[in-house]
Amino acid sequence: MSATTAPGAGAAGQYDDVKTDPVSSWADERLGIYKGSKNLIRKVFPDHWSFLLGEIALFSFILILLSGVFLTLWFNPSMGEVEYHGSYLPLDGVSMSQAYASTLNISFDVRAGLLMRQVHHWAALIFIMAIMVHMLRIFFTGAFRKPREINWLIGFTLMVLGLLEGFAGYSLPDDLLSGTGLRIASGVILSIPIVGTYVSYFLFGGNFPGHDFIPRLFTIHVLLIPALIVGLVTAHLILVFVQKHTQWAGPGKTNDNVVGLPLLPVYTAKAGGFMFVIFGVVFLLAGLVQINPIWAYGPYTPDQISAGSQPDWYIGFLEGSLRMMPNWEWNIWGHTLSFNVLIPSLIVPGILFTALAVWPFLEQWITGDKREHHILDRPRNRPTRTAFGVGGITFYGVLWLAGGNDLIATHFHLSVEALTWTFRVLIFLGPVIAFWCTKRIALGLQRRDKDKVLHGRETGIIKVSLEGEFTEVHEPLSAGERYRLTAHEVQKPLELGPATDENGVERPGNRALKLRAKASEAMFSDHVETTVEEYKEIEAGHGHH
Amino acid sequence: MTDRDMETDHLPENTGGAGHGAVTTVAEDPFQDPGLPAHRPRVTDLDPRAAKRAERQVALLFMIAVVGVIGSMVCYTFVPNTKVHRFTGLGTVNMNNLALGLCLGFAFLALGCGAIHWARTLMTDVDLVQERHPMKSDPESTAFAVSEFKQGVADSGFTKYPLIRRSLLTAMMVLPLPAVWLLRDLGPMPKDALRHTLWAPGMKLVNPNTGQPLRVSDVTVGTLALANPANLNDDPDERIDNLAKAAVLVVRLPQEALKGSEAQKKKQWDWSVDGVMAFSKICTHVGCPVALYEQQTHHMLCPCHQSTFDLSDDGKVIFGPAARSLPQLPITVDADGNLVAVSDFREPVGPSFWERG
Repeated sequence: MSATTAPGAGAAGQYDDVKTDPVSSWADERLGIYKGSKNLIRKVFPDHWSFLLGEIALFSFILILLSGVFLTLWFNPSMGEVEYHGSYLPLDGVSMSQAYASTLNISFDVRAGLLMRQVHHWAALIFIMAIMVHMLRIFFTGAFRKPREINWLIGFTLMVLGLLEGFAGYSLPDDLLSGTGLRIASGVILSIPIVGTYVSYFLFGGNFPGHDFIPRLFTIHVLLIPALIVGLVTAHLILVFVQKHTQWAGPGKTNDNVVGLPLLPVYTAKAGGFMFVIFGVVFLLAGLVQINPIWAYGPYTPDQISAGSQPDWYIGFLEGSLRMMPNWEWNIWGHTLSFNVLIPSLIVPGILFTALAVWPFLEQWITGDKREHHILDRPRNRPTRTAFGVGGITFYGVLWLAGGNDLIATHFHLSVEALTWTFRVLIFLGPVIAFWCTKRIALGLQRRDKDKVLHGRETGIIKVSLEGEFTEVHEPLSAGERYRLTAHEVQKPLELGPATDENGVERPGNRALKLRAKASEAMFSDHVETTVEEYKEIEAGHGHH
Repeated sequence: MTDRDMETDHLPENTGGAGHGAVTTVAEDPFQDPGLPAHRPRVTDLDPRAAKRAERQVALLFMIAVVGVIGSMVCYTFVPNTKVHRFTGLGTVNMNNLALGLCLGFAFLALGCGAIHWARTLMTDVDLVQERHPMKSDPESTAFAVSEFKQGVADSGFTKYPLIRRSLLTAMMVLPLPAVWLLRDLGPMPKDALRHTLWAPGMKLVNPNTGQPLRVSDVTVGTLALANPANLNDDPDERIDNLAKAAVLVVRLPQEALKGSEAQKKKQWDWSVDGVMAFSKICTHVGCPVALYEQQTHHMLCPCHQSTFDLSDDGKVIFGPAARSLPQLPITVDADGNLVAVSDFREPVGPSFWERG
């Protein structure tokens, strides 16, 4: 056991022989560092590979900040036109914005400039990927449950900010690809009913593309959103410290303790080391694998485009959403409602993100469970949640694939029309199939766990009896493994009492309660339960195989 | 709904279930928590030579990091930024970038691996157990905080003086308004800017690359020509904004290729010069320039979202998310045989907007 209890007031002189170094004491007398850190130094963190996903996001963000500062030293966020006369000869004499020219300058004339650009871009791609996978880990293991709902919302906000920040970042160089992305964004803004045209004119400072947008976006990209992200990441981490990390069920691990290794030295070394591993991987990528070669795209001009234009991966789902939408547009009373743009680019992601944000609250309402949870769920033990998650991933995945329908079509020699229609069907069918399959698989895995607990592990040893019967030898599980597989709660559906009380008065909130009971029934009625009684019966019946 | 109204019997803790919560039912329960397993020592815990070996490995990794960091500065200084080399699988690579990336990449990797190796082999791996405490405050703190807060509110007179309370709330409500109001000068009012382009009666269609006026003979069936209004460069400040609306593509269609109603065919032909016709290049979906022309079918595809327009059917959408036809620009020839616009577009070009109607 480590010292979790603070030393109380001992007898005078008890601590006289405690040596403190003068620098720390100087700081302590001004900041109180000893009392502030006494419970932090040996704070315990549980160990599991899946807990590293959030760290990947954090460390790649640090790299983004550092490389971003480097880039700002040379990047010129101006849409003023210049004629290029730098080292990159194919574009010599071409008229372009200063933003694009300075990005070429960073890429070709500033030593380490290309490296930092590529570090910045690779780290950004990894950052958002890590956030999303981390978020899925939290979702599938139920780590968002009380008391961590607020941290879920903070993380969700960070994800949205990450998407915006990424889009803002790759729009800044003002190359043909990024300008096309902004053109699409401006078209989306124009589709907003009533205010769209005004919002567009205010954002772009007039007609698209105008002269104001890149300087404005620059401030948003290097100041506003990073400040928000830094603030929220800080809050996110403070909450992880205060609420302590969740852990997997296992021998010795309960809902009331946290089992793992201490911050100093083990976690400091492991997390610090992991940070440098992430840095190393990103630098190797930046050195070896070219990303966003803006010189190959040319400067942005609104009358040019290249076939196979693709956004960065995390915008792909919006692109796909736009691509697969049928061309519905209404004209009513002299006004245009562009459902073909409005629905895929604002409403669909709006629904997707809202569902993600409110899930913890929705689930808590269905279960009626107001207790704190610190032991993670194995996804199989929450089949309906897992199935919803996989359904959601499938929905997102179909959108994302549809964003590359032209590349899929040219690569596999398919008709882009047939592909688009396939995606239009799959967007509805895919999540349903995925939901159903996932639920069956999860329940199947529950049954396998039950089988393992009751009958033991398959050893692969086949015995032949004298009668010629073949049987496989099963080995009973260790007590620890048995505990690990049975430690989860088996959630029972909510059962409603009589709808009216003894006086015939209807129970208040009856309809909401009925809805809840239905949701609860759908979510929990088919969970597989392994009881002690079953185990004992088998033990008593025929002992070990 | 309050907690009192809710059935809590379904919650596992109250159903008895497998009863893991209750470790008190000892020997009875084969599923009970057997407690933390005993620590299993590692080789480095038992064998001092293994520990020494691990120490040397960690130190070696840290020294690789030193070499990598110094190497990166050497490469920065001596590997020219202009030197490129073609590698199979990597493509053409800037050697300065490659050298810097490799040096720093391996330096960071070695540093990270060293720290992790140290933690895994030589630092403790004995699990520690710390207690969790509910996030909820204990009753004493709650009571104290509530009374402190009440005292504070009472001292302020916030509840006692409704006039102050209401006027303060009103002030707080109007306070954020300037944050929006003061942004008014972000941009001009749109007015009817989205309805107009640079095209005007007699405006020449010029080749965007050469600046030369386009002539009927420049456009044959099957070719795709681009054209800008001749006055595009008159206002350099507005050039790109104007281009974003005025860019047109010019194709030539034989009269028999035209489809649709007689009226539509007549209009489309009348707005052309012997089948040479100009359409807006700006997609009516979200504004990408349409670019992929299928000569045989006269289909025009937008590479952004695959909206496909049939130019032989007055630019109608035949596939994809765009809702409206590509607008046709009425053109004719002037006395010198140059293609010129008859007027501006007869409808707004580009993406739809609320006021478009």
